[in-house]
Amino acid sequence: MELALNQPAPFLKRLSWFDWLFAAIVAAGALFALSQYADYMDIYEKAILLAVIPSLAVAGWFWKPFRPLFLVVGAISLFAISQYSGNLARMEEAFFLRFLISSQAAIMWMCALFGFATLTYWAGLLARSDFMLKTGSALTWSAVAMGWIGLMVRWYESYLIGADVGHIPVSNLYEVFVLFCLITAMMYLYYEARCQTRQLGAFVLLVISAAVGFILWYTFDRGAHEIQPLVPALKSWWMKIHVPANFVGYGGFSIAAMLGVAYLLAGRGILASRLPKPEVIDDMMYKSIAIGFGFFTIATILGAMWAAEAWGGYWSWDPKETWALIVWLNYAAWLHIRLVKGLRGPLLAWWAVVGLFITTFAFIGVNMFLSGLHSYGTL
Amino acid sequence: MNTAPPSFGKSLFELLSSMRFAISLLSILAIASIIGTVLKQSEPYANYMIQLGPFWFQVFEKLGLYDVYHAAWFLVILTFLVVSTSVCITRNAPNFVREMKSFREHVSDQSLNAFKHKHEAITEQAPEALATRAQAYLEGQGYKVKNLPREDGILLAAKAGSWNRLGYFLAHSAIVIICIGGLMDGNLIFKAQQALGYKKIETRDIPQSQVPAISRLSPSNPSFRGSVQIPEGSSAGVAFLNVADGYLVQELPFTVALKQFRIEHYTTGQPKSFESDVELFDHAGNKVREATIAVNHPLIHDGIAIYQASFADGGTRMKLRGWNLFAPTASSFPIEGTVHGSSTLTSEAGEHTLEFIDFRPFNIENMGGEVVASGDTMSVLGGSPVSDNKHLRNVGPSFQYKLRDARGQAREFSNYMLPLELDGRWYMVSGVRETPNDAFSYLRMPLDAAGDIDSFMRLRGALLNAELRPEIASRFARQALPQEAWGTEIENKLKFSATQMLALFAEGGFQSLGRFIEEKIPEAEREKAVGTYLRILELAAFEALQLASLQAGLPAPQADEAAGWLVRDTLNSMSDMFVYGAPIYLQLMSYDEVKASGLQLTRSPGQNVVYLGSLLLTLGVFFMLYVRERRVWLRIKPSHALLAMSSAKQTIDFEKEFTQHARALDTLTQPASTPAKNPEA
Ligand code: HEM
Repeated sequence: MELALNQPAPFLKRLSWFDWLFAAIVAAGALFALSQYADYMDIYEKAILLAVIPSLAVAGWFWKPFRPLFLVVGAISLFAISQYSGNLARMEEAFFLRFLISSQAAIMWMCALFGFATLTYWAGLLARSDFMLKTGSALTWSAVAMGWIGLMVRWYESYLIGADVGHIPVSNLYEVFVLFCLITAMMYLYYEARCQTRQLGAFVLLVISAAVGFILWYTFDRGAHEIQPLVPALKSWWMKIHVPANFVGYGGFSIAAMLGVAYLLAGRGILASRLPKPEVIDDMMYKSIAIGFGFFTIATILGAMWAAEAWGGYWSWDPKETWALIVWLNYAAWLHIRLVKGLRGPLLAWWAVVGLFITTFAFIGVNMFLSGLHSYGTL
Repeated sequence: MNTAPPSFGKSLFELLSSMRFAISLLSILAIASIIGTVLKQSEPYANYMIQLGPFWFQVFEKLGLYDVYHAAWFLVILTFLVVSTSVCITRNAPNFVREMKSFREHVSDQSLNAFKHKHEAITEQAPEALATRAQAYLEGQGYKVKNLPREDGILLAAKAGSWNRLGYFLAHSAIVIICIGGLMDGNLIFKAQQALGYKKIETRDIPQSQVPAISRLSPSNPSFRGSVQIPEGSSAGVAFLNVADGYLVQELPFTVALKQFRIEHYTTGQPKSFESDVELFDHAGNKVREATIAVNHPLIHDGIAIYQASFADGGTRMKLRGWNLFAPTASSFPIEGTVHGSSTLTSEAGEHTLEFIDFRPFNIENMGGEVVASGDTMSVLGGSPVSDNKHLRNVGPSFQYKLRDARGQAREFSNYMLPLELDGRWYMVSGVRETPNDAFSYLRMPLDAAGDIDSFMRLRGALLNAELRPEIASRFARQALPQEAWGTEIENKLKFSATQMLALFAEGGFQSLGRFIEEKIPEAEREKAVGTYLRILELAAFEALQLASLQAGLPAPQADEAAGWLVRDTLNSMSDMFVYGAPIYLQLMSYDEVKASGLQLTRSPGQNVVYLGSLLLTLGVFFMLYVRERRVWLRIKPSHALLAMSSAKQTIDFEKEFTQHARALDTLTQPASTPAKNPEA
């Protein structure tokens, strides 16, 4: 038991050679991009690109599986790009692009893999099979990798369509739904490892599957996967940070809601023996809402700053803005309830489940039913 | 101890600072905010009147529902939030500050023993030695440690994560700061002035210069958010603030002149950028600045930020040709018009007012066409993300106007300047609708071989001309009958039918023809009769076309397919004319476009306050959620050590950490234990 006593070495000394290699690759990639495309970026975009280096490096250091994910996604995306050789028509000619890693193919693979992962997690949960649960995690990881590849390649494809059309793929409902699936899955995978329990994947993957269903409907019924140029209002570097921050929020809240469902079911004795103890679920729920709330706070503030620049006022009570506030207030209330003795337990779980409806409304309901200044993604 | 019932002030203090009150406030604020997203805010009051009817309109107005977020009751909720948060901070501040500083060194052995998280160990080591090593261990874990000698040993008091408390102050004061910033940018000053009668909202639609001083705000107004539309080549020294059902005129400390407004387009036709080249002049008329404002790139001058908000037509001048649709001749008359202007038309149908509303230099329309699924991999995947945009086409300029009759009833029209290709043939197209909520229905007028509507107009005139009817009918009859039948009873019958058909059609198009058939022909024979009559009508119309061409001194058209379509389309179009709702058609011949840029101007002194609050909020939230506050005590007596641990929030991580410390204590107290080592050492 000697180890318990050892003072932890300073953080940087605990990093392995792989950690450093990873950071070096991230830095090299970002600096290469900077040297190649500096002329097309404004000062803020350069700053964001530079800030990405430490962010990704630290993400990889704190969450080790992030490193291989990053490297695999990077390598395959580069391979896909090389397959294009600057010609969009290759999408339907080159074997790999056509069946695997053109953006649309990769995203459809992501959808399929998330579907399989959901089934496998459920099988694992019901059959108490550790092997199945592990397979579920592996499938989720591969779905995540495919999704990121799809987004990366889509980014490149958009520039192939036209230099002025190209933009980061976080600009319409289709793209952000893919982003939502990816971020939610990654956050779940992180907590899965941290809390050492895989059973909850069955629940979390349900909400991701719902999003996948939406993506499929949106693709096949509405053709929403077509890359459209940006409307002037969205041509801003704020978008690049506002949107992803928002999705960490939405992801966290969705995970919490599904955990809430698991908690309530277990409380009624359903699946109780197969699920982790209520305290564990409750703790994970708190962690996802905490991270979601933190990022949602940042996202809302960024949104306000962007609005100040685009619309002339940091707060206009536009429906989307107002619903963001409503979501935020809802989870502020949730965090406070947790601090009151006697109000915890099922009430919190219910609150988190209802929170998902509020969040979903803020996410898509507003675009569908209410009109306002937010110019993207009317259904 | 004070056992008297708490005073009212104290109870209020307790209530306002209670967590349950805070939760209720947050929930109430969320619910209240929903209202303003369901009912569209700050619309013209007339719209609400239509939507709600007079009774509910008044109820909603009383409740302030047309501008919820500035309604008194909403501000009251916000005030409660600010007060509650402030009281909460005041109440917790002393405790929290003390806690942040204190190591709780006065804790007694008794209370340590009562801790839920405690762990005991037997040790043979000297208290000082153990204390030193335990202190090193705890410091390595990120704790601040105080070594306190006691009569019979040592007490180590350690704490970590005090920033959690700091986070509480940051986040909750941030709420107050943000609300204050928002208040600074609100319109409370105006509201007070309004209540005292110093200022009044202007509700009349009058030129800006005539707005009286009571509805004008001085350039020194600390905060405002207004907008103004400037046509190219003009300038503005004021902005308009929309308030309730009226507006205020905000005078600016400078004048904005618009040199040019530009819209750039992607190759697909979607707009790519909106830009205004502006010049700013001071009141003496000196140019102080020149800049280009674009969406997401505002200009900030003199503490006022100027944004690209919208665009509109700034008074495009148009040369038009007016056609009298019901005149028996094909003659047009010239008209000139300016967008936002109006003129009066006098015709047999009475007096009409023509109001030009808008002009659009481009119209990107989806010209239909089915997407063919190819059944390959790509269609399995939902298709290529590269849209082909084959069906989007710029169909050229259009202009919109209203035609108001003597009774004040108006219909709205939208006419395209260039012909459109529909179903493989070309037409001039004019859309009409009765209210802005309806979709346009279109009148399509066929083009002739020369690409003009002149043939259509001539044929239309001839068909409406009662005087020509006998001649048309007889030409038709002669054409239809072999020479032997000329002059017989059959010819007369045929002539009569043709005249009758032509007269019926000129009265009300196919509709009157249909009515006639329904009245006069038994049901069993109708289908056959319809076919015959239509045939007669078409052939007669072709004769009318011949006649009209001859009268205009033009060569007679061939009886070919093109002429057949021209006749058929003309008949259809004329039939629609009867429901078109206007006696004239306006054809755009040329234009001189003038654009206007909609700028938004804001002065918002609270913005930086809000941003400061936001920064504090972010820091505070992360400190509160990610810095875990916890304390450890180690009471060392000769041969005995007691570890106790506490935290405000007992989570699973806390349990884990406690187990780790407990194990560490076991290791430290083991007789054979060697001094702690770094793995690298
Ligand atoms: C918009 C308003 C508010 C926001 C966003 C907010 C946010 C937060 C957050 C994020 C926490 C941390 C919760 C946790 O650690 O799990 C917290 C804690 C707390 N809040 Fe608020 N709060 C707000 C209003 C209020 C009000 C009005 C009160 C008082 C009546 C209040 C009293 C407290 C208290 C006492 C704590 C516990 C601090 C601690 O023990 O660490 N909050 N708040």
